[in-house]
Amino acid sequence: MAQTNRLALGGDIDRTKPVNFTFNGHHMQGYAGDTLASALIANGVRIVGRSFKYHRPRGIMAAGTEEANALVQLETGARTLANQQATRVELYEGLSATSINCWPSPDFDLMSINSWFHRLMPAGFYYKTFMWPVSGWKYYEHIIRRAAGLGKSPVEPDPDQYDHMHVHCDVLVVGGGASGISAALAAGRTGARVILVDESKDFGGQLLNEQYTINNKSASRWIEDALAELSTMEDVTVLKRTTAFGYYDHNYAGLLETRTDILTDGGDKTRQRLWHVRTKRCVLATGALERPLIFSDNDRPGVMLASAVRTYIQRYGVKPGNKAVIFTNNDDAYRTALALKEAAVKVAAIIDTRPVPDGELPTQAIAAGIEIIDNATITGVNGGRGVKSVEVMSLNAAADGVMGVARTILCDLVASSGGWNPVIHLHSHSGGKAKFDQARGIFIASETLQASECIGAANGDFLLGDCLNEGFRAGKEAASKAGFKKASRRKIPIAEHIVEHPLRLIWALPSTKSIGERGKHFLDLQHDVTAADVQLAAREGYASVEHTKRYTTLGMATDQGKTGNIPGMAVLAQALGVDNPGDVGTTTFRPPYTPVTLGAFAGRNVGVLTDPVRMTPMHHWHELAACKWEDVGQWKRPWYYPKQGESMQDAVNRECLAARNAVGILDASTLGKIDIQGPDAAEFLNRIYTNAWSKLAIGKCRYGLMLKEDGMIFDDGVTTRLGENHYLMTTTTSNAASVLGWLEEWLQTEWPDLKVYCNSVTEAWATLSICGPNARALLSEFTDDIDLTPDALPFMGMKEGTVGGIPARVFRISFTGECSFEINVPASYGLALWTQLMVAGEKYGITPYGTETMHVLRAEKGYIIVGQETDGTVMPQDLGMDWILSKKKDFIGRRSFTRPDSQRTERKKLVGLLPVNPNDILEEGGQVVAEKGDHRPIPMIGHVTSSYYSANLGRSFALAMISNGTERIGDRVYVPMDGKTITCEVTAPIFFDSEGTRLHG
Amino acid sequence: MLLIPCPWCGERDEPEFHHGGEAHIKRPLEPDQSTDEEWAEYIFMRTNPKGVFLERWVHQSGCRRWFNLARNTATNEIIGAYKMGEKPPISTIANKQKTATVSNKKPKGVK
Ligand SMILES: [Zn+2]
Repeated sequence: MAQTNRLALGGDIDRTKPVNFTFNGHHMQGYAGDTLASALIANGVRIVGRSFKYHRPRGIMAAGTEEANALVQLETGARTLANQQATRVELYEGLSATSINCWPSPDFDLMSINSWFHRLMPAGFYYKTFMWPVSGWKYYEHIIRRAAGLGKSPVEPDPDQYDHMHVHCDVLVVGGGASGISAALAAGRTGARVILVDESKDFGGQLLNEQYTINNKSASRWIEDALAELSTMEDVTVLKRTTAFGYYDHNYAGLLETRTDILTDGGDKTRQRLWHVRTKRCVLATGALERPLIFSDNDRPGVMLASAVRTYIQRYGVKPGNKAVIFTNNDDAYRTALALKEAAVKVAAIIDTRPVPDGELPTQAIAAGIEIIDNATITGVNGGRGVKSVEVMSLNAAADGVMGVARTILCDLVASSGGWNPVIHLHSHSGGKAKFDQARGIFIASETLQASECIGAANGDFLLGDCLNEGFRAGKEAASKAGFKKASRRKIPIAEHIVEHPLRLIWALPSTKSIGERGKHFLDLQHDVTAADVQLAAREGYASVEHTKRYTTLGMATDQGKTGNIPGMAVLAQALGVDNPGDVGTTTFRPPYTPVTLGAFAGRNVGVLTDPVRMTPMHHWHELAACKWEDVGQWKRPWYYPKQGESMQDAVNRECLAARNAVGILDASTLGKIDIQGPDAAEFLNRIYTNAWSKLAIGKCRYGLMLKEDGMIFDDGVTTRLGENHYLMTTTTSNAASVLGWLEEWLQTEWPDLKVYCNSVTEAWATLSICGPNARALLSEFTDDIDLTPDALPFMGMKEGTVGGIPARVFRISFTGECSFEINVPASYGLALWTQLMVAGEKYGITPYGTETMHVLRAEKGYIIVGQETDGTVMPQDLGMDWILSKKKDFIGRRSFTRPDSQRTERKKLVGLLPVNPNDILEEGGQVVAEKGDHRPIPMIGHVTSSYYSANLGRSFALAMISNGTERIGDRVYVPMDGKTITCEVTAPIFFDSEGTRLHG
Repeated sequence: MLLIPCPWCGERDEPEFHHGGEAHIKRPLEPDQSTDEEWAEYIFMRTNPKGVFLERWVHQSGCRRWFNLARNTATNEIIGAYKMGEKPPISTIANKQKTATVSNKKPKGVK
């Protein structure tokens, strides 16, 4: 395909550097400096995609971030990017892009049948259709997704790297046009730390698309000089291809910098950088976006924004059409007519909604021999696959209808302008308000919550001279407020500008029939929302723009309504009979301004760096033993140690039998350990735990339960008194940090008078737990200074001494119900001691076991696990743990026991369940019902909390929380599972050694 | 993202902190003497005003100290931080309240 629409001259492109690319499989060529959009225009491509709802053919309508139609899927495979605006994709060699939202091709789309049935798809169509029945959603969603067909996400991991930068600055200037460059210069000259960002690859903003002079030199020369000066300033950072996508509380901004020319390939660089900027002051020089006029069939390929047409001619040297009609309500669009004329593109006519336009620009157009049709509107655009002609009629006196005879003007390009909207998105992100300027029909920033201001076009000051003045003033002021008051004697540059006459606001331009009856007045091109849809919403009672937006989906597409929102609000106001569109509410803009790749948010925190991994001192041994791992919070814990050919159940059975019949060894280092010291430590424990601690002797351990103030169980663990004022608390693995936080909270906020100090020592100790009938014999081989006999070291006792020559604490505490020793040694000795125990233990049948076996063994004994048996709604009484509740003192949560909810008789209680068939294993989380049957609903009386097969019992068993459970012991209950219902007998929640003879042995 | 002035460490980014709910909720000294309503008020009921709010924060990833913050919930403006046991910056708040709607509930348990 040849570049048929490339102009012979002009444009900021390098004609000596052709760039090859493909679009929908067609090979094309552009030049270095092109965007994908300008290259497509050069190659004569008119239809780039289909619209979301009606699948109407669509063409490029803009030249920048406001583009609503030209979304492409860039590249394929791992680096593919969905929904990229062709107007923002810089062309590079080998680029491959395809249209989205059309099947099989944009030129022939089977889904466009929606267009014929548009009367069946009014505003709120999805709401109305799919409200009922809810169960239908799984079918509807499938259909909607296929019909919508937006871009595809990559399914492979992103091969590129992304960085995060965290910086502070004095003045952040967003937008590198005339205003922003001026502000950065003024602030930079004071010595302030300044960051200037612009989303494009070139600085200059709108200056790049016009032919202005500044200080009697070309604007491009001024930009060059300014950037050169900025580059000499040590504390000024200038970032191109960088979008300030969000502006947040306390002057915090998010910037996305694309670091490579090729959007999808990082090469040897990080592909993108996410900058976290905390600034003292912020100057928002974000410019303005042109808005289209809203007229019948304004979505035809070839209907574009007037400024975009100018940009394509002047910046890229391409002509979007051969014969243009300009349609405007303002003077600015006349510049496009003049630019087209200069580029030797025919201008059939300028249609101006204003009567007798007589400003300087219209006068120039007349002098150039261009016909002006005043007080008129386009009533229809002919050409379904691209503009062929327009119908033009005169406006009536009220401008709500047309009169006279329609005139058909042949053309292939309509350049429309409805005025310019200041880009106040960032101001709005950060909580800033907007007010409607009725004369100019624009929202401008009012109060801001940040140390920021909008300047230049972003503040409705569109004239170049004003932008320069404001820029220098704002930059200097921002620096001064940030503490940089150095004065500069440099003069503010002078620019000539043409005075423009006011625009005429007619939001939805009339046609020969009522809006919606002939053609479509599109407001939101990407989501296919029309003026008729908004009017329908108003008739159906939607009075606020925020509600209308959600109902019609106006402005909720990927472009977030950059061109359609303001006309949409105006149409809503009109339909509601409200004079001031500001009175129907301003929509709050939310970040991001333009989409951000998820990879940029993730940064380097991917793969193994996603979350830190915590490893115990014995990790390496477990790894060599080829254990299977269980993630417990950030910890890696051995789950079970399968031998060759063993299934999980085989391994767990073997481990369970060994722990009860020989000796088992568990790495319990992950248990939280908190060192508590201070003269008030015992009193503190009295308040934190439900039981009494004052009388616990030194060298003794006690199990404790912690509650929240609502009486519900929060954590449990064993605490040992090491000295007069010294305790060691253990917590569950996953709650270690929360418990320490909880202790600190009470000490610092409620009981600052208590002299108690807490410190986490979890990582300081390796914990090796050995249990079973041979445990004592094994351990006695390792120590000669700790008497391990039951009398000297009874259950719940602790002794300090040496184990294998290593200083150690040995605790007689048990989570298995076996005679058990928990050995704490300094972490760095953990692996050595473990290895020695394994060697010496071989003759005793030592067997390492993991968390699964630990869970089975403790469940056989009915020991709870916080977070498994409990879920934040369980009180000690529900678990039959009344024995641990002191009646003699107050403790956290105690008062809540007498709350009415705590007193409910039908509360769920902990019970055991034995499936009648000993080989049936219940599902954890399974619902328990009292009756069997097919009728529905069957009331749920409880749920299964733990369920296993027990090799020691030779059968399956479970723990459950069941309403009135204690009274149901001996009853039958049922657990419906996939495919069958399992019958169980309710038992007490203990299945093994209920007398505890082994524990105390 | 909030910039929070820890009374010990100075201004730090919000992710270093954890929010601890409304400040100056005093635990009844004799829980057994409190009625169900009083106890429920203490454990469940919070003011949630639009305007200046006295709230607790802990500098979790910093000095691990708890402190109080006076923050406008409508604007996120931080009026001031003060240590546990200290009085809220009443006069500054009063000035700020001229422009903001504030809960008419008196802060409880200001020591
Ligand atoms: Zn701190």
